[in-house]
Amino acid sequence: MPGADKETDLSERIESFLSELKRCGSGAGSLRGSAETARETTALLRRITAQARWGNAGDLMEIIRKEGRRMTAAQPSETTVGNMVRRVLKIIREEYARSRGSTEEADQQESLHKLLTSGGSSEDNFRQHFAHLKANVIEAINELLTELEGTTDNISMQALEHIHSNEVIMTIGRSRTVEAFLKDAARKRKFHVMVAECAPFCQGHEMATSLSKEDIETTVIPDAAIFAVMSRVNKVIIGTQTVLANGGLRAVNGTHTLALAAKHHSTPLIVCAPMFKLSPQFPNEEDTFHKFVSPHEVLPFTEGEILSKVNAHGPVFDYVPPELITLFISNIGGNAPSYIYRLMSELYHPEDHEL
Amino acid sequence: TSDSDGRQVDSINNATGKELTKEEKQRLRKEKKQHKKSKKDDKGPPEKEKEKGKASVPAPSKPATQSPAHKAAPAPVNASASESPAAAEKPAKSKAELRAERRARQDSDRASKQGKKEGGQQSASSKPKATPNELQPVVKRLPEHVQVDDPAALKKLAKKLERQQVRQIHSHDLPVPLRSDYGYKVSLFSHLHQYSRKNPPTQQIRYSVNLHHVLGLQYSQGIIAGSNARSVGLLHAFKQVIQDYNTPPNEELSRDLVNKLSPYISFLSQCRPLSASMGNAIKYIKKEISNIPSQCKEEEAKGKLQACIDSYINEKIILASEAISKYAIEKISNGDVILVYGCSSLVNHILCEAFEKQRKFRVIVVDSRPRLEGRETLRRLVKKGIRCTYVLISALSYILPEVSKVFLGAHALLANGYVMSRVGTSQIALVAKAYNVPVLVCCETYKFCERVQTDSFVSNELDDPDDLIVTRNGKTHLENWQTVKSLGLLNLVYDVTPPDFVDLVITDLGMIPCTSVPVVLRVKNVDQ
Repeated sequence: MPGADKETDLSERIESFLSELKRCGSGAGSLRGSAETARETTALLRRITAQARWGNAGDLMEIIRKEGRRMTAAQPSETTVGNMVRRVLKIIREEYARSRGSTEEADQQESLHKLLTSGGSSEDNFRQHFAHLKANVIEAINELLTELEGTTDNISMQALEHIHSNEVIMTIGRSRTVEAFLKDAARKRKFHVMVAECAPFCQGHEMATSLSKEDIETTVIPDAAIFAVMSRVNKVIIGTQTVLANGGLRAVNGTHTLALAAKHHSTPLIVCAPMFKLSPQFPNEEDTFHKFVSPHEVLPFTEGEILSKVNAHGPVFDYVPPELITLFISNIGGNAPSYIYRLMSELYHPEDHEL
Repeated sequence: TSDSDGRQVDSINNATGKELTKEEKQRLRKEKKQHKKSKKDDKGPPEKEKEKGKASVPAPSKPATQSPAHKAAPAPVNASASESPAAAEKPAKSKAELRAERRARQDSDRASKQGKKEGGQQSASSKPKATPNELQPVVKRLPEHVQVDDPAALKKLAKKLERQQVRQIHSHDLPVPLRSDYGYKVSLFSHLHQYSRKNPPTQQIRYSVNLHHVLGLQYSQGIIAGSNARSVGLLHAFKQVIQDYNTPPNEELSRDLVNKLSPYISFLSQCRPLSASMGNAIKYIKKEISNIPSQCKEEEAKGKLQACIDSYINEKIILASEAISKYAIEKISNGDVILVYGCSSLVNHILCEAFEKQRKFRVIVVDSRPRLEGRETLRRLVKKGIRCTYVLISALSYILPEVSKVFLGAHALLANGYVMSRVGTSQIALVAKAYNVPVLVCCETYKFCERVQTDSFVSNELDDPDDLIVTRNGKTHLENWQTVKSLGLLNLVYDVTPPDFVDLVITDLGMIPCTSVPVVLRVKNVDQ
């Protein structure tokens, strides 16, 4: 039966995606970039919308929420998955509201006035059936996919506005966004880049070799030398894994030290992050979002007998508070960290913050 | 006059390296005696400075017993003896004249203060009235190791090393090898040397069982590392030199031995640039040597010098670390979580002592690539039985909320209060300050240094850049970094920490704030 085939096909795809998510997080760093993850998630959600059985918007949202919960549980540190799920949910709400004909303004925010005047449940059940909802939603998701394709280019296009000639720029680890950003600026300007290698994975080495191939003067420095050379650096440009709701960052470890050193020397810290990295999570406690890798990256087994008597830690991420950040550059332009909350409210609906 | 031991002549006199004939040696000796005489009478005549070789060591005019006024002279003179010799004849003469004038002035001041009539007033009356054509130099001459981008300075160094010849057993004396730089240097650091560990200068030594070559190799390969260990190694090697030394005839031990030490020092600094503690140790030895009275017999003098060196090591390093541990243990309370960085012999000693005194604490060892010295600390502490945690320096923000105190070692303390230490120390102090964790630096007073510095660029050491290369998952990204034109690797060894990040400095004289370093230096100078 064609219906059953479609369903099994769909669930197979979902299962394979989940297992990939689980696997990629356990390796050294991310084997695939967040952009790819975002794209794949969105493609999968489009497929669910197209193939799953649903009657009205509410059903669809339920299905997506359920799958979304499973996906985020598979790899909690990969926040782009959850972000895309929330974007799609927002799209569904919008399309539903448009089909119903009501203005968007009304159900945008829960204002105090609305709560008081409308009394009890002003919620929409999303139970109404609309014929063209499916097509509209799929079209909107396609637009989202196009947006995702172009994020890196959008960010790189802004490079010349921020880099002048003969600058010394510092970066840490490896970020594809920053790489594209710097390569774009290098086409017209001459500048010098210092890359902190970011032990233990030393992804800075890859970044340095790739930049130097474009004839950019690059220097690799060990993490310990970050403060020592910071006095000669004009700008610090970094990428990040996630942008948190308060404007802070969850970035690769060593970034907090870099940010503090930049603050001490009053060097601007610029974060290049596309919008799909913006997550509605707040950093409540230090421990809630940590991820660790095997301590043998830090203290290898060749060290012998002292291993059993020593605790070794290998955290992967660092939290950087928003006060240390000067500017966010994203595919929709440059923003101060204090504006992030507003951008977030445009992307996600408050009820979707908890999947 | 016997010539047999004249063969093993002062090789500094002989720039070309071939043996002198008997007549030439006699002539030289006569000239030297003449110089001595002319200095005794008057400081005026310009030919008191011998050309070429001797110019680098302007000899103190009389043995110290004659007049206490002259004691002041050897000290500043010896300080400049280790630096590049005067370039040409004419400027040398004017500088020599100025030095003479300065000495004369010092003599006259001291003589008038103490009321002694010997020597001083003669020179005061005969002091030439010529106005100095240079200002009194306040800044000491710039050390060679921060002038790598100046070709004139490099040429001077090459000439100086050729002249200084290291004694080889059963063979001709050889000039000190000049080490060449390796690899592409980052433009900000083009004024510093960058050597490769794979070709140490000892490679050029063909046949030697000399202690200094062994020591030099150990320095350049990093086998002996850490300023205390290097200083102790250096002092032991000097003891050996003094032991093997025989005063040539018509030479005084107090002057000649200092010259004998110079080629060894040059060789060791080619293997690895001297540390501040080594510099202070060398100054001390040279002062002690030049203070040896001339009537002292050779054996007696040698014994005295060896005892001096032993007492220096004992007082300044061993007893100092005992004193510092005593103070530091007061600062460690039960339940503390102490963070240490890299491998400092002093901090390890403090922690081991505190553990023996039954303090309950645990230690977090922070380490960094490429040296990974923290693993050595880890081994030593675990052997003692102390509970340890180990992280890399990039995980600092993660681990700092648990920490109650930070103990750091130092390579040197500069006169403006900055702490010069292993690269990464300033970062630790910065982040600790951000988390309000107290930072305590432990440093012996013999590492205090008169230099001032505000950033880590002007004077530093560049280690072998190949150390940064690492193979992960079978891939070595930086393998062919030399072939890529625009790629550079930077492996700094030291950095400076501003005094506002440091809360307390524990020294053998007590617990002082960072800004009191020049006070301690002044007190030390007055004592001596």
